[in-house]
Amino acid sequence: MFKIVTKQELNPTVTRMSIEAPMVARKGKAGQFIILRVNEDGERIPLTIAHCDREAGTVDIIFQIVGGATMELNAKKQGEYIQDFVGPLGKPTEIEGLKKVAVVGGGVGCAIALPVAQALHAQGTEVHSFVGFRNKDLVILEDDFKACSDKLFMMTDDGSYGRQGVVTVPLEEAIVAGENYDEVIAIGPVIMMKFVCLTTKKHNVKTVVSMNPIMIDGTGMCGGCRLTVGGETKFACVDGPDFDGHLVDFDEAMKRGAMYRDFEGHKREETCNLLKKEAE
Amino acid sequence: MADRNMSPTKCPMPSLAPDYRNKVFEEVATGYTYEMAINEARRCLNCKNHPCVSACPVRIDIPAFIERVANEDIEGAFKILNKQSTLPAVCGRVCPQETQCESKCVRGIKGEPVGIGRLERFVADWHREHSTEKMTPPASNGHKVAVIGAGPAGLTCAGDLAKLGYKVTIYEALHVAGGVLSYGIPEFRLPKAIVNKEVENLKDLGVDIETDMVIGKVLTIDELFEMGNEAVFIGSGAGLPRFMGIPGESLKGVYSANEFLTRINLMKAYLPESKTPIRHGKKVAVVGGGNVAMDAARCAKRLGADEVYIVYRRGMAELPARREEVEHAQEEGIIFKTLTNPVEVLGFNNPDDPRDPRNGEVCGMTCVEMELGEPDASGRRRPIVKEGSEFTLDIDTMIMALGTSPNPLIRSTTPGLEANKHGCIITQGEDGLTSREGVYAGGDAVTGAATVILAMGAGKNAAAAIDEYIKNK
Repeated sequence: MFKIVTKQELNPTVTRMSIEAPMVARKGKAGQFIILRVNEDGERIPLTIAHCDREAGTVDIIFQIVGGATMELNAKKQGEYIQDFVGPLGKPTEIEGLKKVAVVGGGVGCAIALPVAQALHAQGTEVHSFVGFRNKDLVILEDDFKACSDKLFMMTDDGSYGRQGVVTVPLEEAIVAGENYDEVIAIGPVIMMKFVCLTTKKHNVKTVVSMNPIMIDGTGMCGGCRLTVGGETKFACVDGPDFDGHLVDFDEAMKRGAMYRDFEGHKREETCNLLKKEAE
Repeated sequence: MADRNMSPTKCPMPSLAPDYRNKVFEEVATGYTYEMAINEARRCLNCKNHPCVSACPVRIDIPAFIERVANEDIEGAFKILNKQSTLPAVCGRVCPQETQCESKCVRGIKGEPVGIGRLERFVADWHREHSTEKMTPPASNGHKVAVIGAGPAGLTCAGDLAKLGYKVTIYEALHVAGGVLSYGIPEFRLPKAIVNKEVENLKDLGVDIETDMVIGKVLTIDELFEMGNEAVFIGSGAGLPRFMGIPGESLKGVYSANEFLTRINLMKAYLPESKTPIRHGKKVAVVGGGNVAMDAARCAKRLGADEVYIVYRRGMAELPARREEVEHAQEEGIIFKTLTNPVEVLGFNNPDDPRDPRNGEVCGMTCVEMELGEPDASGRRRPIVKEGSEFTLDIDTMIMALGTSPNPLIRSTTPGLEANKHGCIITQGEDGLTSREGVYAGGDAVTGAATVILAMGAGKNAAAAIDEYIKNK
């Protein structure tokens, strides 16, 4: 069992939790993920690591409530326990030797982009962060990004905060203006990563994306997380989750990601009703 | 000594009716009754050379345990089984006895061999239901060994070492122990309560099982040595599923058998209350002809499919699955499309609406008919495509059961651990020693996908070798 040391609501649908898992905290690096199960009969949920505190022995996760399992996780309180917490899985993001990087985050993906930006900043890389949200209420981690970015571009779809528009607009402007990025690292919804890659490809800037496909074991057994990268079948859990964005078949990834959308919605409703009953 | 039973045929295994069982996950074969077991045991001639023993990968003293059954000393029979096998209730169910012990039985020359597997299962089940005796840890010998993977190889290795007084810790990547016994083999063939019981027995012997520990990630093998372990056994099992490399394999509704079976067996997705989703296909094609393909097909049927096909490029005679599994599948209504090979998976596409949620769903598969030519390197006749035989099969779900390649996590994080070009860990001879001192390996991680009993045999041999190694250090 793994203790929830702290819990914080970042916005109405996104929560941050700090989990006591010293073994994982000791090894976890930016870009890697964990798999957790809330209860004895729970689903295995893969989540990218938001932060590891080696001394405190804690691993932070930031998650959006999308289905029954994440809703159950969100129902857990500080001081309570979750059943399973395994990791660190996947390969860390490769940041060595990078001098200047554009970090692009979209929505809850910013939670995963942040540790990458922090790790880059810590090794002296010049970091330009481009973060996008649907609206002002959904903005998360702004101060954290400010603290580790040489430049921060805040975008919202509706213009209720920062500049109105999508992240690819200021990113392309910066590239055109002559910012010579060694690399762009994009983490967020698949559709956002697809358009970031279309933009950077035009300008021939190397782009790494962090994929978060459907997954069960996360250790190279089930094959559910397969993606087509450069025409080859790759497995996000052992070959990734980071891949060369110019080679990823995003359209296929989007379709596969939607495979259980109906089931997720149904389970969310079911769990919601169940939790309501418990609360009464 | 009771009278011999000279019946030329085995006592048939009682099983659930096909029309009933193909809708539920209850165990298909219900097991011998006491009387059936005694009668079947009396078919054994207790012949001099006991060829059955030499054909058993863990060398169970088969005539001796069967003699105890014939004399109605079931607990005595269990003690003999348990000397060689840590998991008799499992082996009695899933071992391919027809190619091992039973293939050498002298009764098989003029009739059917003795039902050794069925008797093994009976004895193990009887013990589980009747015995109150609990295993206890033997006196410690002061040495520590780490085992990676709680599947058949790891459990066997750990059990044998624990019996010798070693302090053994098993590190398991998943949230439950059992490996393929838990995530792979379905409930209707191997009830999980039986696997859990066998695991509990090991814990009673003093074995620690740490779940949620992915070795190669959370700890390396070098760190396991730093923690005071004097030897490490790698039984990390099969790995990444293979695909065919044909167009459409990433469509929605194409599963690897590993994923399909893991959702069902490990995550219990067949139960309505499960949080893990699974597709309830109506027309399902399973590609492959091994035991895993049979398991996947029979699971798909139980999830409510109207039509389930086994699509296999060779003929019925060449199916690598156990005969019994093939027969069970046929009885349950699985349709065998042998001498057939898929060349493309077809996906739905609504040209008028790119946002149609059905876009990208499997809606069929193009196949070709095959014929068998000259034998290839494996000795089996090579399947050749029949010209102009292309046809389309209407399906909504496809499951690829084409085998696996070993898991890369350990070999990629263990310096000096050599693997062959397929990624299988290289071991020297029978005892499982790898290219690293004190590191042993066995099971699918070494052989590629094989059977439970071969993995157990490897775990057993490695345990003996580890004991020798540590004693002589």
